[in-house]
Amino acid sequence: MMAGILSVPDHLRRRRATSTRPPDATVEHAVRGHRHADIATAWSLAGPALILLMALFFLPVLTVFVIALTDWQFGASSLSFVGLANFREVFADQGFHASFLNTILYVLIVVPGTILLGLGIALLIESGKSCRAFYRALHFLPFMATLTAMAIAWEALLHPTIGLVNQTLAGFGLPTANWLRDEHTVLPVLAVIGIWQNLGYAMVLFLAGLKAIPQDLYDAADVDGADAWLDRLRTVTLPILGPVTMFVSIVVALKAFETFDTVQVLTQGGPEHASEMLLYTLYRESFQYLRTGYGSAVAVVFLAIVVALTLVQARLMDRKVHYQ
Amino acid sequence: MSAASSTTRLSAPGLLRHAVLLATAALVLIPFVWMVSLSIKPPGEIFRTGFSFWPHQFYGFENYAKAMTEAPLPRYMLNGVIVCTLIVLLQILVCAPAAYALAKLDFPGRGLLFGMVLVALILPHEVLALPLFVLGYKLGILNTYAALIFPYVVSPFGIFLFRQFFKTIPDDVVHAARLDGLNELAIVWKVMLPMAVPAIIAFAIFSVVSHWNSLFWPLIAVRDQALMPPPLGIMAFRNEEAGNDYGPLMAAATIVVAPLVIAFLAAQTWFVEGMTGGAVK
Repeated sequence: MMAGILSVPDHLRRRRATSTRPPDATVEHAVRGHRHADIATAWSLAGPALILLMALFFLPVLTVFVIALTDWQFGASSLSFVGLANFREVFADQGFHASFLNTILYVLIVVPGTILLGLGIALLIESGKSCRAFYRALHFLPFMATLTAMAIAWEALLHPTIGLVNQTLAGFGLPTANWLRDEHTVLPVLAVIGIWQNLGYAMVLFLAGLKAIPQDLYDAADVDGADAWLDRLRTVTLPILGPVTMFVSIVVALKAFETFDTVQVLTQGGPEHASEMLLYTLYRESFQYLRTGYGSAVAVVFLAIVVALTLVQARLMDRKVHYQ
Repeated sequence: MSAASSTTRLSAPGLLRHAVLLATAALVLIPFVWMVSLSIKPPGEIFRTGFSFWPHQFYGFENYAKAMTEAPLPRYMLNGVIVCTLIVLLQILVCAPAAYALAKLDFPGRGLLFGMVLVALILPHEVLALPLFVLGYKLGILNTYAALIFPYVVSPFGIFLFRQFFKTIPDDVVHAARLDGLNELAIVWKVMLPMAVPAIIAFAIFSVVSHWNSLFWPLIAVRDQALMPPPLGIMAFRNEEAGNDYGPLMAAATIVVAPLVIAFLAAQTWFVEGMTGGAVK
């Protein structure tokens, strides 16, 4: 709207230099003509992005739904619709049950672990003035380090005989384990790596939330006699951080649901499906076993989870921000 | 300033704060430290139990030389640089004009287009992998650089981020540029983008870090070792070495992780902003 109004004089200026028609006809023509030119210009700027969004996001996502309803295989020239057969197969499959439950369990370990550590570290950093950037940097480092490479470093740490973890435990006379090959330990260990990777991310989001708490509230709490650090934490900081915590939990849950690299590098879903998770199942079924229909059905289930979580997140965000 | 810092240094809670944070930081850094430590140890010391970080016999040169020569690690790194650079340039090229149209122009369908951007923002890329794989196959570009790049040439996050930034630039600036005779595309490149440098840096960091670290799509898109980006390359190296030659493997891991870690330590604030911008989408 603004842009349209603002650009009329510019257009008139150019018109006036070339046109011999009476002024008011020029104005009317210019306004109408400019609307069309404006629209054409806008679409020529947005067009490439629109076409690519269609080709690389919307058509693919529709295709996933279609493939999930067919028996299509790679290389096959024909396909037929099989209704919900792929979904029935997925939901009846013990392997998928394991994958789904593992993913849920993994998320249920990673989210609280990441939130508690991220929040704790953020509160500690914010409680003093010195070395803030230093501590923030050190704790944030795992979040942007290449996870594939770090998974290989974790594998060395967790090595049954020469790994630092078992050496340390043995040094204290504690029981050791073959962490990545034992079906009871493999998923919790992957979750620890997930927490390690994401806690700095949660910390940074909490630090932003803490910065946004107005000083007045602390002053008011002081007047009310909440002068000890713990009192202030209990009466002001934590209640105010409630919505932030919900938000961070969902962001971390989304990250946790999308875990793939550590499974692919460290366990390949084993032993006995004990560490199989949704994205790994999606990858293996679609691209290794070439079971495209099954893989697409898994993709649809995965998408449904992600969209549901994102909608909850959008609901939370809506109360604070508007995108217009 | 000095008074404040001396009181924090003297007070017990201040000391406790440093003690706890140093302990958690040390725990977080263990995988990095252990990786670097193994990368400079000879095989004999790696397989002998012990806690020392520094080896008795410095074996760094041998391990790093082996990592650089036995696997095409320089090639992997170069592939990573090529792919990440092309992706981020193409993303800016495609996203900036669209973001400008969404932020500053009024046209029918604008709301719909923005809605599409928001929906695309939600879609996890892994869900799209199968159709994109088929598309790459039909286009005959699988197992090329193009296969690694094409799914990412448009970034919904890029459009969103640039739009938000462009909206903060006053309309008067656009108006003045039009009076100077600039066309709309020239306004995007010569007026808006130079003013949006912070947004570009934040987005470029987000994009480069995501694609340098990404394993899922490269695993599907390329088979040829000469095309592998660093994460896929180091996984291939690990599988070939069967995890027995820890020294060179850890040296390779260190080399893959090093560029981003160094860049991060040099420009921490920018990285934190770029990497968490995605959460506030």
